[in-house]
Amino acid sequence: MVTLTVNDRRASVEAAPDTPLLYVLANDLALNGPRFGCGLAQCGSCSVLVDGVETRSCVTPVSRVDGKRVTTLEGLAGYYAKLAKLTTAPALHPLQQAVIDEQAAQCGYCYNGMIVKGAELLSNTPRPTEAQIRTAMNGHLCRCGTYPRMLTAIQRAARMMAEARR
Amino acid sequence: MIRREFLKAGGALVVGFSLRDVAFAQNGTSSAMRAAVPGPPDAKLIDTWIAIHADNTATAYIGYVELGQGASTALLQIAAEELDLDMNQISSVRNDTHVTPNQGATVASAAIERGGPTIRAAAAEARHALLTLASQRLGAPVDRLVVSRGVVSVGSDAGQSVRYGDLLGDKPFSVPFTGNAPQKPVAQYKIVGARQPRLDLPDKVSAKYVYVQQVRLPGMLHGRVVRPQGQGAYADGARIVSVDAASIAGIPGVRVVRKRDFLAVVSPNEWDAVRAAKQLKVAWDMPASLAGTEGLFDQMRSAKTIDSVISEKGDVTAALGRAAHRVQTTYRGPYQGHMPFGPNCAVADVTSDGTTLMCSTQSVYGTRDKVAKVLGVPAASVRVQYYEGAGTFGRSCYDDAAQAAAMLSQEIGKPVRVQFSRTDEHGWDNFGPAHLADVKVGADANGKIIAYEYDGWQHVWSTIETAEQLALGTPANESPDGTSRNLNKITLGSMYDIANLRLNNHRVPGIKGYLKASNLRSPLDVSFAFASEQALDELAHMATIDPLEFRRRNMSDQRWLAVLDAVAKAANWTPSTRPGQSRRASPRAGGRVVTGRGIGLGTHMSSYGAAIADVRVDRDTGLVVCTHLYGALDAGLVVNPAAVENQISGQLVQAASRTLKEEVTFSNTNVTSLDWNSYPILRFGETPAVTSIVVQRMDQKSTGAGEEVVAAASAAIANAFFDATGARLREYPLTPARVRAALAKA
Repeated sequence: MVTLTVNDRRASVEAAPDTPLLYVLANDLALNGPRFGCGLAQCGSCSVLVDGVETRSCVTPVSRVDGKRVTTLEGLAGYYAKLAKLTTAPALHPLQQAVIDEQAAQCGYCYNGMIVKGAELLSNTPRPTEAQIRTAMNGHLCRCGTYPRMLTAIQRAARMMAEARR
Repeated sequence: MIRREFLKAGGALVVGFSLRDVAFAQNGTSSAMRAAVPGPPDAKLIDTWIAIHADNTATAYIGYVELGQGASTALLQIAAEELDLDMNQISSVRNDTHVTPNQGATVASAAIERGGPTIRAAAAEARHALLTLASQRLGAPVDRLVVSRGVVSVGSDAGQSVRYGDLLGDKPFSVPFTGNAPQKPVAQYKIVGARQPRLDLPDKVSAKYVYVQQVRLPGMLHGRVVRPQGQGAYADGARIVSVDAASIAGIPGVRVVRKRDFLAVVSPNEWDAVRAAKQLKVAWDMPASLAGTEGLFDQMRSAKTIDSVISEKGDVTAALGRAAHRVQTTYRGPYQGHMPFGPNCAVADVTSDGTTLMCSTQSVYGTRDKVAKVLGVPAASVRVQYYEGAGTFGRSCYDDAAQAAAMLSQEIGKPVRVQFSRTDEHGWDNFGPAHLADVKVGADANGKIIAYEYDGWQHVWSTIETAEQLALGTPANESPDGTSRNLNKITLGSMYDIANLRLNNHRVPGIKGYLKASNLRSPLDVSFAFASEQALDELAHMATIDPLEFRRRNMSDQRWLAVLDAVAKAANWTPSTRPGQSRRASPRAGGRVVTGRGIGLGTHMSSYGAAIADVRVDRDTGLVVCTHLYGALDAGLVVNPAAVENQISGQLVQAASRTLKEEVTFSNTNVTSLDWNSYPILRFGETPAVTSIVVQRMDQKSTGAGEEVVAAASAAIANAFFDATGARLREYPLTPARVRAALAKA
């Protein structure tokens, strides 16, 4: 039995300690944010935040997140609200909204990782330069070729978050 | 009877089916019949295509699938326009062999080109039927009726009106689909041709969207296929010498399933299935029957080919003889992979009452037949439901995964989900075939192209999926010749006015000694454009004419000229100051890092694509980076310009990836491109800036918008590399090693 905290909820699941976190999130907790892409930590489709740090859940044993806070795409808006000290959580993280505004996605499969990583970047670096975005996002692959629009979406989200802080 | 049949067919089958459909079906409409019995529904009935609900909304039933390209939004724009509904009054349902019509596969960028006219005609005829009902209800002739947001009024008299929903309200039209109803004049379009946000995006970014990889059925088991790491030659499949079941004895609850050479593990726990698939000791017979990446093109050239002339006019040999400028060169394009970002997955539930199969196929009806074949059951007993996966860009392993899941569920007697591993997907893809080209082009002293001869070698597509090949022993087989498998006479020279032209197709027998293959986005056209547009660029420089001016001088088709001019204007193209040497006096001039600009044209079936590339080349490391790519596309009437701009943008980035990075490598025994490290694609940090230009043609029929710019941009990148360095790279991808070798020779 493993106990973990996901999106501010505690959950206990029957899982071998070496089970990658991804399988617990997808199969035991029925979350659709983190998703299987390679199982090799090469692509970023399975990314979650562990104590605010972007982490590849496909290679992270579930035992390693014991006592830590896991945030998935589903919990990202709440996580942002807490960081930004908003009284009510928005329905979407600003980056999720920016992805819609920029019509950035195509198949959308990579967007879990893109948004999770982008959210981590924006919480650490509220006004990233283009070069900082390119560097931070370089470990997240996309097959449809949506990088240019994702770049624009991150810049838009940074502006939205700056407005919200004012 | 209809209701009872539907309920009997329900239960597990209803998974993923919208509540509205269930309710709708239970109302006893023709849709209920459709949900209860195997499709395809009768294409000659309006009810097959359109339903009107009591709440004054409509459902359009569409046979094309959403692949991330935005087709599901654009097709609804067409239906809403013709029905005079707002976009929020119409939706579509999941593709399903018990529900949606059979319009063939969603390939060749056909969703709008072929699917658009059908749904437009059906919606127009549905509207006509509704107006006939309204005419009786309101006591006014049809020609006095006007419709706004599904409310029919007599002239401008709002007092005399009735809603669609009140006229029909979930009852069937029961009228034939003749295709003869009058359609709205283009000049009156409000929704078609206007930018429309994609309907699927909000759920996709909020994790509400369920991809096929996320379908979970109660009591479902997790399956993994076990295969050699990387396919060998197609004919060889994979042969098991021995399986050591004891090697996974330490993982409880795992079952090994073997059918001839088809091998898989199944477990209630996904991680156990993953571990078991990895740990299971299997000895495979791996014959050394491939030429290896290095030997591929020699093998193709010396193959006993099946030759045909695809196109011929004038006397190309004589014209080459009298040409003032001649280029004779050879170009090579590698095998490339689909490699969907999430590997393929399928969930099957095979019971004595029938089979339900959920997968991300481009054709639910095509998959139904393939699954029925491996199960040994009638196709009508299989229901295939479409769940979107990651972008597939052609026929990746989706049918392979579907067949594997079906066979495992049949064997185990429970629902089984098969998730391909990254290595399964990379290693067992149906790759886009490699291509070898000899190109001879000639121009007269004025830079007029007078001769064009293209000899191309490639093999066609594999037809038997790996799961079936291994499980049933079905011999490997190939498709016949045809579009996207032969030289494409549209891509190869048709945009230019050339009096003497010959295209010689050399079909290489691809079963023995070659990899499995199928259509990969812009099938072969990337290689064709890379060769053809580069050869003509070489000719332009030989004739000391600016590459844009050279192309303009040789074409008269107004649509080609318009896309070329559109992209040149967007990129602010300025003529070379040194045509012939291009922008660089010699390959040695300039510093370590040099920049260049190139232009290219491309198409696939009928649309018009043009691209300009700006590249930066580090001559020491050999690294090529696309800094800015411009793409213009004329796809006739563009239903949703916003979606097509996104398609152009994606095509430009993919062109950079395919031209600079992507190549399937293989040894004498097997494919060695098995993950994102051994098959690198373009990364975020290397992404170019992109400029997408839609050349809108409201007066022309809609044509494909998903493939043309990839080809154009691939050629533009190659030509930009020459402009930057003065050297030609006639084989892609333009890897650092190839660049360094080319520059060392220059």
